[in-house]
Amino acid sequence: MSSFPEDLKYAASHEWVRVEADGSVVMGITDHAQELLGDIVFIELPEEGAEVTAKAEMSVVESVKAASDIYAPISGTVIAVNKTLLDAPETVNSSPYGDGWFCRIQPANAAELDALLSADAYAKICE
Amino acid sequence: MGLRTPLYQQHLDAGAKIVDFSGWDMPIQYQSLIEEHHAVRQHAGVFDVSHMTVVDVKGPQAKAWLQILLANDVEKLNETGRALYSAMLNDNGGVVDDLIVYRMQEGYRLVVNCGTREKDLSWMQARSRGFDVQITERPELAILAVHGPESIDRVCQLLSPDIAAQVKTLGNFRALEAGDWFIARTGYTGERGLEVILPEQDAPGLWQSLLEIGVKPIGLGARDTLRLEAGMNLYGHDMDETVSPLAANMEQTIAWEPETRQFIGRAAVEQHKREQATGGLPILTGLVLEERGVLREGLRIVCELNGETREGVITSGTFSPTLKHSIALARIPAGCQNCQVDLRGKLIPVRIVKPNFVRFGKKVFE
Repeated sequence: MSSFPEDLKYAASHEWVRVEADGSVVMGITDHAQELLGDIVFIELPEEGAEVTAKAEMSVVESVKAASDIYAPISGTVIAVNKTLLDAPETVNSSPYGDGWFCRIQPANAAELDALLSADAYAKICE
Repeated sequence: MGLRTPLYQQHLDAGAKIVDFSGWDMPIQYQSLIEEHHAVRQHAGVFDVSHMTVVDVKGPQAKAWLQILLANDVEKLNETGRALYSAMLNDNGGVVDDLIVYRMQEGYRLVVNCGTREKDLSWMQARSRGFDVQITERPELAILAVHGPESIDRVCQLLSPDIAAQVKTLGNFRALEAGDWFIARTGYTGERGLEVILPEQDAPGLWQSLLEIGVKPIGLGARDTLRLEAGMNLYGHDMDETVSPLAANMEQTIAWEPETRQFIGRAAVEQHKREQATGGLPILTGLVLEERGVLREGLRIVCELNGETREGVITSGTFSPTLKHSIALARIPAGCQNCQVDLRGKLIPVRIVKPNFVRFGKKVFE
């Protein structure tokens, strides 16, 4: 069974975000997404400083099975990238909400966070 | 709900993710495809391949008929227990299916693909007119493939000492019959191993015993990465009825001699051979991408031939867990150089290699 932590917000395209105390957000892909993808072997991440747009492609994940586009859950500037994923992409399989985070984004418009889903609402989509 | 093998419950118990495979509910993976792959390369794994179709051929003209039906020559099966890989061609020299044929104490046993079952059976029936042969499907048999460097020892632990002694000395592409069990040194992984064909009621017991002595259950996902590392074709992907065996790296499986053996498709593949001699037939090659990214079936290949741009296509591609980069089989014009793959609109150079990547756990191409 996939897990859906209550303290996160979710996009229907299977990304999660966690709002930090300083107003930035950390994002990654959900447990459900990593289960669907299976063993992840390569991850392409945006550059630090890149501008991303909500619902636009920001990253590509390749598993043994398939290549999958990852969409930015909110618009903003990428302020940190989890470079350990470049050499250890399987971290996303083992810890999608922890060490398998993708990047940290400074939101351009914090109101966009309100459009994201609660854990319950996202879990329903995954049923 | 699809068709289920006698091991369906065992797959659920082992935590399998079940997918539809040509109408069968089959395990694609249990926990991690990559760990399952390594288990076969380094230790031992067991696959349920009971969805594959077993066909027994008997009768006074069984041999004569198989010499017409198959592009390889069962004359080579000069002893009981020998096995042969062959294409079954249509009149245009396209591949109806690829299969293994074993010589049994009585008659022959064919193991064909599950996705082509109905087509194969009706083709065999239609082409057996006038021959005194009995063609019998054996759906009541299960097949367990046990592969990996430790696999033969593991299986032998579960056999009677007498049978175990015979299995231990069994040569590659050799089989033996032990009561209603059939044990063959054949497989689809590039590792040592056995395929055990047995009555369906015996399958859960063998499966459970293998797991208890440390053999890992392996899904169809790792079966695909293992066979591709071994450079083995997958029917319906690397070849089909529209593809000549000569354009599918299967030339060695055609027995051209004696010239008098008029197997189905002979005239057509002789024509393909003439086309091949003038460079008119494409080849199935290996490709390697050593940088990041994964080659996938259907991706376009751009290459050069005598200064002109030509195109090919990937027929099977994956990430190789052993080599830790991507490998593929691709059909490209003969003699091409400077291959590039179209990866999401970007042309990335790929290396042409012999279509054989990993054998016995080790990289085999230069």
